[in-house]
Amino acid sequence: MKVLRVILACWWLNLKNLSRSAFFLLTAVMAPVLLSTIAFYMFQAGGRPGTLLYAALGSAVYGIWSSTLFGSGGAIQWQRWGGTLELLVASPAPFVFAVAGFTLATATLGIYSLVATLAWGTLLFDVPLDLAHPALFVAAIPVTVLSLGLLGLVLASTFVLYRNANALSNMLEYAVLLATGMLVPLSLLPGWVTPIAWVLAPTWGIRAIRDAALGGDPVFAIAMALALAGVYLALGAALIANLERLARQRGTLSLA
Amino acid sequence: MFGVLGPNGAGKTTMIKVFTTLLLPTSGAARVLGLDVVANTGEVRRKIGFVFGGDRGLYGRISGLDNLRFFAELYDVPVREQRRRIESLLELVGLRGRERERVEGYSRGMRQRLHIARGLLHDPPVVFLDEPTLGVDPVGARELREVITGLAAAGKTVLLTTHYMFEADALCDRIAVIAGGRIVAEGTPQELKAGVREARVIEIEVFGDAEEPAAAMRTLNGVRAVTVTTHDQAQLITAETEPNAELTPALLAQVDGAAVGRVAVREITLEDAYVSLVREA
Repeated sequence: MKVLRVILACWWLNLKNLSRSAFFLLTAVMAPVLLSTIAFYMFQAGGRPGTLLYAALGSAVYGIWSSTLFGSGGAIQWQRWGGTLELLVASPAPFVFAVAGFTLATATLGIYSLVATLAWGTLLFDVPLDLAHPALFVAAIPVTVLSLGLLGLVLASTFVLYRNANALSNMLEYAVLLATGMLVPLSLLPGWVTPIAWVLAPTWGIRAIRDAALGGDPVFAIAMALALAGVYLALGAALIANLERLARQRGTLSLA
Repeated sequence: MFGVLGPNGAGKTTMIKVFTTLLLPTSGAARVLGLDVVANTGEVRRKIGFVFGGDRGLYGRISGLDNLRFFAELYDVPVREQRRRIESLLELVGLRGRERERVEGYSRGMRQRLHIARGLLHDPPVVFLDEPTLGVDPVGARELREVITGLAAAGKTVLLTTHYMFEADALCDRIAVIAGGRIVAEGTPQELKAGVREARVIEIEVFGDAEEPAAAMRTLNGVRAVTVTTHDQAQLITAETEPNAELTPALLAQVDGAAVGRVAVREITLEDAYVSLVREA
């Protein structure tokens, strides 16, 4: 109960805080809209019917991923700059759940991207929004947000200790976009990419959402995304506990 | 209320960060209410409040009220009590009526008062205040000092660091002076002042160069120390002399030709005691 209160408090605070940041909102909406525009033209040029929704959904999940990646690192870095990181660490609330609340909020804000991308595609490119399994589509979205948010927790843990971890996280944006099949089907990529894709939540998130929308069996992908969320939580908790102790040893919590 | 004084880099903030569990000590041990800050981190965190000076440490895009609600959740303040506790703290720090405004629009003094309210949300028995009036205007600082005095009156143990000697003198029951990471003196403000060798202090306000006459004053018999500080257009030469030596005419002779303002002979202050202790350390 206490843990849930901490997660909810941090989730709500970050959601409110970032929703008032024009910079964050613009980035969350504009980046996937631009990517989807390129994707729509590419898929249109391919001339295969029925692929526009495929592209739209890929761009939408990319938006959630981009928001999570950008916001999760920021969740720690901005707090370090703002002097609130020390307050979080020194509070009796378990730090890992506080960070989880913050990163889940950034993933939740990715829903702005999803809505913007689908609206953009429907209004300008006549993307049909005929969903094969509407209920499972609705279920797949929060599961994707949860799994990406907890992947964000793992990424955020590195920011607790390393002030320049964003150099690594920025690099991950397009690598994950390609490796998880958001834009290009995994079957077209070299075989060695597949095991990497399996351990990344966006792979299962996009598969669940696409299967629910275009027809298929999204239940397995939803289950995989949930299982990965559990693994990320355990990994993130272990990393954060370790890196928080190191940061307290090295005195890097307040350094901007 | 216990004060910690010391020059920049003496280790005041480091010490507070060890007590507040933000830094792990490289050696030795630190205890709060008998609890080891490393072994009993969780319990220590529940029993302490802390406020660092400056205007960082708040969420600017949300209101003061939302900031307090958020930290009340982190400190596990029961939902039923949150409203009453927050209202009484807003009253205490004088932010009633402004709590729904975004913090980014608050003045530095208001932010500092919000910090104090935040640090007291869970009603901790021990409060650490690290330069709480830093950068706050004189009126705001006076109001903050009244709030701090109220904390001690409410039975809380307060550890305060400050660079303002009059503040430490007025607020603290006991004071420790630290330099180079070590306590060089400890006692009540009166004891610290009495601990400084008996002396006379003569202040001469000079408009123009004060370093040359100050150097000449240091060579006079009976003069122990001379310092020069700048106050707007004027330089203040503070000379500490033997208690029985009447050196005012001799000191004034050194500033002959310069425009001299106020000349005063005064009692030893806590600042004199502090300067003397830190210089000897």
